[in-house]
This record gives sequence, C-alpha cells and structure tokens, in this order.
Amino acid sequence: MAQMQMGAEGMQSLPALLQRNAVQFADAPAYREKEFGIWQCWTWAEAAKEIEALALGLVNLGVNEGDFVAIIGRNRPYLYWSMIAAQAVGAVPVPLYQDAAAEEMAYVLGHSGARFVIVGDQEQADKVIEVQDQLNQFEHMIYLDPRGMRKYDHTQLHQFSHIQDQGRAAYDELIGELAKRQAKLDYDSTCVMLYTSGTTGTPKGVVLSNRNVIQSAKNSAEFDHLTQGENILSYLPMAWVGDFIFSIGQALWCGFCVNCPESQDTMMTDLREIGPTYFFAPPRVFEGQLTNVLIRMEDSSALKRKMFHHFLAHAKKVGGEILDGRPVGLMDRLKYALGDVLVYGPLKDTLGYGRIRVGYTAGEAIGPEIFDFYRSLGINLKQLYGQTEATVFITVQPDGEVRADTVGVPAPEVEIKIGDNGEIYYRSPGTFVEYFNNPDSTASTKDAEGWVATGDAGFFEEGSGHLRIIDRAKDVGKMADGAMFAPKYVENKLKFYPDILEAVLFGNGRDRCVAFINIDLTAVGNWAERNNIAYASYQELAGHPQVLESIRSHVTAVNQSVAEDEMLSGCQVHRFVVLHKELDADDGEMTRTRKVRRRIVEEKFADIITALYDGSEQISTTTEVTYEDGRKGSISATLTIVDAEVKPGAIHKVAAE
Amino acid sequence: MLDNSLSYVTDDGRTIGGVVMEMKNITLRFGGVVAIQGISFDIREGEIRAIIGPNGAGKSSMLNVISGFYVPQEGEVLFHGKKRPPMRPYEVARQGIARTFQNIALFEGMSVLDNVMTGRLNHMKTGLFSQALWKGKAEKEETENREFVERIIDFLEIQHIRKTPVSRLPYGLKKRVELARALAAEPKLLLLDEPMAGMNVEEKEDMSRFILDVNDEFGTTIALIEHDMGVVMDLSDRVVVMDYGKKIGDGTPDEVRNNQAVIDAYLGVSHD
Repeated sequence: MAQMQMGAEGMQSLPALLQRNAVQFADAPAYREKEFGIWQCWTWAEAAKEIEALALGLVNLGVNEGDFVAIIGRNRPYLYWSMIAAQAVGAVPVPLYQDAAAEEMAYVLGHSGARFVIVGDQEQADKVIEVQDQLNQFEHMIYLDPRGMRKYDHTQLHQFSHIQDQGRAAYDELIGELAKRQAKLDYDSTCVMLYTSGTTGTPKGVVLSNRNVIQSAKNSAEFDHLTQGENILSYLPMAWVGDFIFSIGQALWCGFCVNCPESQDTMMTDLREIGPTYFFAPPRVFEGQLTNVLIRMEDSSALKRKMFHHFLAHAKKVGGEILDGRPVGLMDRLKYALGDVLVYGPLKDTLGYGRIRVGYTAGEAIGPEIFDFYRSLGINLKQLYGQTEATVFITVQPDGEVRADTVGVPAPEVEIKIGDNGEIYYRSPGTFVEYFNNPDSTASTKDAEGWVATGDAGFFEEGSGHLRIIDRAKDVGKMADGAMFAPKYVENKLKFYPDILEAVLFGNGRDRCVAFINIDLTAVGNWAERNNIAYASYQELAGHPQVLESIRSHVTAVNQSVAEDEMLSGCQVHRFVVLHKELDADDGEMTRTRKVRRRIVEEKFADIITALYDGSEQISTTTEVTYEDGRKGSISATLTIVDAEVKPGAIHKVAAE
Repeated sequence: MLDNSLSYVTDDGRTIGGVVMEMKNITLRFGGVVAIQGISFDIREGEIRAIIGPNGAGKSSMLNVISGFYVPQEGEVLFHGKKRPPMRPYEVARQGIARTFQNIALFEGMSVLDNVMTGRLNHMKTGLFSQALWKGKAEKEETENREFVERIIDFLEIQHIRKTPVSRLPYGLKKRVELARALAAEPKLLLLDEPMAGMNVEEKEDMSRFILDVNDEFGTTIALIEHDMGVVMDLSDRVVVMDYGKKIGDGTPDEVRNNQAVIDAYLGVSHD
C-alpha cells in the first residue's frame, strides 16, 4: 500500500522532515527549554543549524553508518537534536532510561554494541565510566553539562559544544559526506532502537524503521487534527516510545514546538507556564495531580471547599456529556458555565490544562473515576492503547466516543484480530522491524504475515466496536472455583483513593483474593500532619492502626463495587497487608515505566502471601532494598494483616454453561 | 600580597595557592571564660580547611573571629598579609568573606529567590530612589544580578523551590538556600558553620558534593566546621583540631587521623 502524501514524497527520514521545517516554518519555535529561570527558544531554522553542526561533529569524531549512538539524559533539546543528528550521519540512536542503575545500562550498551554515548551530565557519565570496562565496543562519550567534568580524562570524553564547534570548523570538508549519507536514508532505514522495559526478562531492543515512525506520526497527527501550532511538554523518559513519537515523530511531521522542563522537579510549574495544547501522561501523573488537588482542597477554607465539591458534583453529572456534544438541559448548561468561571477554569489553569485540546493517557489502565474527573472539567482526555512494537498506536478513542472502560477503535491503518484465548493481535505500518539480535523472540512475537501478539487479553464490545482490555493475558487467571481473576480491575479501583499509591492483588488458582497495598506518602503524610499523628518513617506510618483502619474502609468500599460486577465478583479482597516499603524499580519490583512486576513481587514477598492465606494476624519479614546508587541494605518489619469485609456477590456466575 | 611560593597541585588537580588568611596567637575571652587560647593557623587560597573538635572546643568562636564578628583580645588576624583592623560585618562582606550559620539565619517569610538576591546586596550600586523608580540603570542592574543568582540556583539545583517561601522548606533545603545566598555574594572566602548538622546521609552526600563543586568550579576558599568525621576527612585538604580552646592538631586528614593527641581527645581512646 503506497501512501503518497501531499508534500510527504521524499520525506522518508527525520533529517528530511527537519529540512522541510527549517524552510517552511523557519521562524516558528521548534524547541524551548527553561534554563536559568527563562524559557530559551530555538526556531526550526536555528535548530536545523544546531543539528547540522552536531552531525558534522559526529562525522568528524568518526561515527560511521550503522553505528549505534546511545543517548542518556533528561529531556533536553540538545538530546533530541542528538537523535536526529545520529540518524543524519547514518547511525542509529538508542535512547536509554536515565534513572537506570549502572548494571542495567551496561546490559543495554553491551547488547546494542554502542560505540558512542551522549550523556546529559556527570551523573550519567559516571555510570557509563563505571561499566565501561565491560563494554568492548564503546569508544567515545559526549557530555552536555560540563559541570564537574573538567578534571576527567578527556581522551575519550568530549563536551557537546566542542563537538559542535569542531563540526562547524570542518564544515567545508565534511558537508559533502553528510549530504551523501542523508541522501541514502529512506523508509527502510532504521530510525531508532528502543529497549522495552519488559515486565519479565531482560530488555529487548525494538528496531523501528523510518516507515514505522513517520507513518505512525502522520496517521495519528491526522486522526487528532494536530497542527503546526501545537505546544507539548516533553517530560516523559526519552527512552520510551511514546516520547519518541510525540517529541520527535509528530513534532517533526507537524512542525510543532517541543518544550522541555527546567528539571524533573519543576515539571508541574513548567506545565502551568507552557499550557500545552496537546498533552500526554501516564495514569500515574493524573492520579498524582488529582491527589494533590484533593489534599490542597482539604487544607483550604470552608467556603472554597464547599464550592469545589458542589460544582464538581455538577460537573460529574453533566461535564462529560457536554464535552461529547450530547444534549444537556439549559439550566444544567448555565450552571456548568458558572462552575467553569468559578471552579473548573481556575482549576484547569492551576493544573496547566487551560489550553489543552487533546490529552492522552496510556501505558496502564486508568481508574474510571480519575478519567471522568478530568473529562468532567472539560479536558478532552482520551485513552489509547499501544506498545513499543506497534510504534505506539494500536487503538485510539475518537473525539466524542470516549469512555473510561474501553481503549477505542483501531488506529488508522491498523488491523486487529482477537485470538482464541482472547489475546489481541495487530498488524500496521507501525509494526516493528525486529528485536535486535534476537531472531527467536522476533519470531515468537511477530508471525510471517506480520501479525504481532500483544500479550494482552481483550474483546471488541458489541455495538460500539470499541476494544476493551481485560488484563495482561498472562495475568488473567481463574480462581479455584473457576471464576475469572483479573487483578488489574480491582487494583485500579483501589488506586483511585488518594492514600493508596499501589495495590497488588493475588488469587490466581486460590479460593479467595488477598492484596498488598502501598500507601501514598504525600497524601497519608498530609493526613497525619492534620491529625497530629507523629511518625518517624514510612514504615511506621504504613503500620499505624488508624492508617490501616482507613485503608480497610477503602477496601470494603471497593469490595462493594466489585461485588456488583457479574464477571468479577469473585475478586473481592478478603485480607490485605499494607507493605512496609514502596514497590520500587530499583529493587526490580516495578519496571522503569512503573508497572508492577507481579511474578517478582510474588516471589520476593512469598512469606507475606503465605501469612495472608494461612490466617495469621502478623508477619515478621525482612526485605532487601537497593539504593539509587546500587548499594544494598535491608528493612525488617512486623506487618499487621487486616481482614476486610466481603460483600455478597450479585449472582456468582460460575463459568459452567 | 599572596606568597605563592608554597603553591602546589592536589591529587585531584586543584591548585592550592599561598596564604590568604593567617591567625596569629589568637586568644579570645568572654569575661573569665577563655574560649580560644593562643591559636595560630593559616588558610591558603583554594583549599578546603576544616576546623573540628568536641562540643565547646571553641570552633564557632574561631569562625566568628575569622569572620570579624568577634575581635580577639590578643593576637592578630592577617588577611592577604595585612593586619585586619576591627571591622563591621558589612565591611567584612565587602572584603569577599561570606558565611552560613549553624542555626539557619534566612528571611523566613521571603521566597528562596529573594533570599538569594539579598546576597547580591554588595553588588548593587544604585540608590534607593532609582531602585524605587526601577528605570534604566537600576533595572539593568537587577537583571544582571538576577542572572547571576539564577546561575547559582541552577548550580545548587533548587529551581523547583525558586518561588517557595523559605518557611515552608524542610531543613536540608534551607541549608542549601543559605549556601546559595552566601555564594551569591561571590565570596573569595566562604565560611560554613556545621553545614551538615542534622542532615541524613543522603542530604550529607548532596551537600558534600556541592561544597566540593563550589570549591572546584569557582575556586572559592572554604573554611568549615563540621562534626561528622567521615565528611571532614573526605572533604578537606587540611584540618585544625581544637579542644578546650587550644589547638591540638593541624595537618592533612591523614596526619590528623594518626595524631595521638587528636585520637585521645576527639576520636576516643581505643581500649585494646
């Protein structure tokens, strides 16, 4: 299927798109970054010059076609330029998670055989230096922020700006070579290699071609009518496929502006200052913001609190309908308009969503209550379902057909089929080329006809044709009595409560379900402060009787709502424990994108699970923890096991027909 | 004038120059209490100089003598080779000496940014009237100073609390803001009074890194008082050890660590 787009002919690579933007949108802002308290800005013409200088510098340094260039750091324009420059010289950019520990980096650097590494600052440089002896192919490292780097041995180390200077100086000698290499790039050239975090096993390098990236960017941009005038805030890990598509793919395709926050901690302030028109966040961010709003409302004056709750209740009633353009009575509309002036508008401004046109959430299922909260405020938040191997898009929700419990219809040019076991398969222009150096995995994931297994179980809803995801195919199980066990469904309900950060449900093959719960330190800490409850540590707070009691009431409420679901009423939580530590990616309990690794949690805390099932009232346990710098320690604790109230199910339908 | 004949390069590549400040036979008394008794030592350009000792050894008094806040009854303080007359604090600040305090002394109601801006006071020359009008020169001056302050905010990684009132910050961050304010004055000599007191391990590590970075990037000479022996031994080039107002040791961390008097007085007597 040859797709010929207007003006898209010949633009089969990132550098080609950049060239078009540099001419067509020369004076429009392309990149902004807040530094020294001020938003610094580069137009497309300026960005193209910077990228060219860097590309020349890379040629000068000896980067060859087909080399891998690893890129590690927080979202900064310079690092986005590095990815485009790497492709311009015929190399393959490999972005890495910046918070990965040194050993994890060693694996990816070794597996990709990266000869060159571009890092953000000293912290990243130190990690690479630490593992550099294990890397056979590593040759040169380029760093962005010179702070603290002055005394390092510079035989293999180069400052980013120096590389650019050298590139500019060698312009006449090397521009011919660069042009030649760029001309060779086409739809089949590798665009980027992204390592999937993977809830199981070691990371795999997903190879995406220019066709994958540019077609996906084009289709999705057209789907949501994205224009050159959009502004996005780029704050999600650069190693994640979503950021690559939004901040590079779509940004280059549409020519819109990529804004980078000042630091990780200032993201919320920067979000408010930029006021993006197109925004993407994992459910966690929306949950966090909602928690924050609720906490701050608790602390505010009685009048404000009253207004907030009153208008929010109204928004809950009609907000979503108004957003979807469905008929709503005049009085309700007027009241909503008043609410917009008094509550919703100011609230959206505070959150940074004042100008938002399209917002997406994906990565994990979002709690319906959280989702509806944002939509009721008039924020066009939608869900999409995707994965790295699909270059993000599998299904998306069209405007006006947005619901919390489905993930929408197949994205443009995506075909979907459901396997016999309920597993979802797809085929699209975004379907990845291969797993790097891993033909076995490639073959087991993608069949000869190009169908890719997602590993998720789901079904198309009759009538609407929307896809509904049940859970990870391997996580969905059966309980001892044959009832369906879908942990995520219950966990998401639990996580809606501001004081519950994370929940893990167990019960596959058992007669009843039990759960682990992580409290949210911000929310519970704030509550403790207001109630004069003293605590010395996370552990102490997590074990406080009053905290346990309030979590117990949440679990009971969730049980009530689970009981109402015919299919899943067996998944009620019978007993639970509030864990003494937060589940953490550094300990391997979560992926870097913060998804729980069920199997590892199950193994690691096997003693607690046993205690949950054998009826004991307390369990003493010792857990190994890993600090950010890789050192290990351990925490011991005695945890109280709490019984929760179980509600009678609707009609307990056993799967026997 | 600096005597640079003694200058050398440290293992990690910093250049330590000649003597910046010299204490000669300092004795400080509060009525009948002798806080400091005949102490002499020097501070050299570009070094990190630590003063350690048990509680009540006279460390803070010593730092106050260096900063010119206390005037010793006996002995003299030579700054850049010249005897320093008794001075008012602002005169000391103009000489290029800045400090932080053991008990944080920030303006609690002001934002972090405003607090750090106060550190630029000595670099603002325009008068009250033109400041009030905020036109021409005053505006330009404020912009320049703000730029400088922003660099320090970036350096100490406190962007996220730029506009937060200091009273709302946790202790560890307040300490960092205080360091930022001292740095805003562009000091030649920076005095830190227990920069790590009351911090947890992670905060201490952060602060240590900032102190080393300040010394390294700006070439600032640093004199600090600290209780945490591990920190002192890692950070400093030379250490003065005080006990009951007297100097009982002076030298590199290794020398001090092996000095018997120091071991007995401060590190404890071993019982084997």
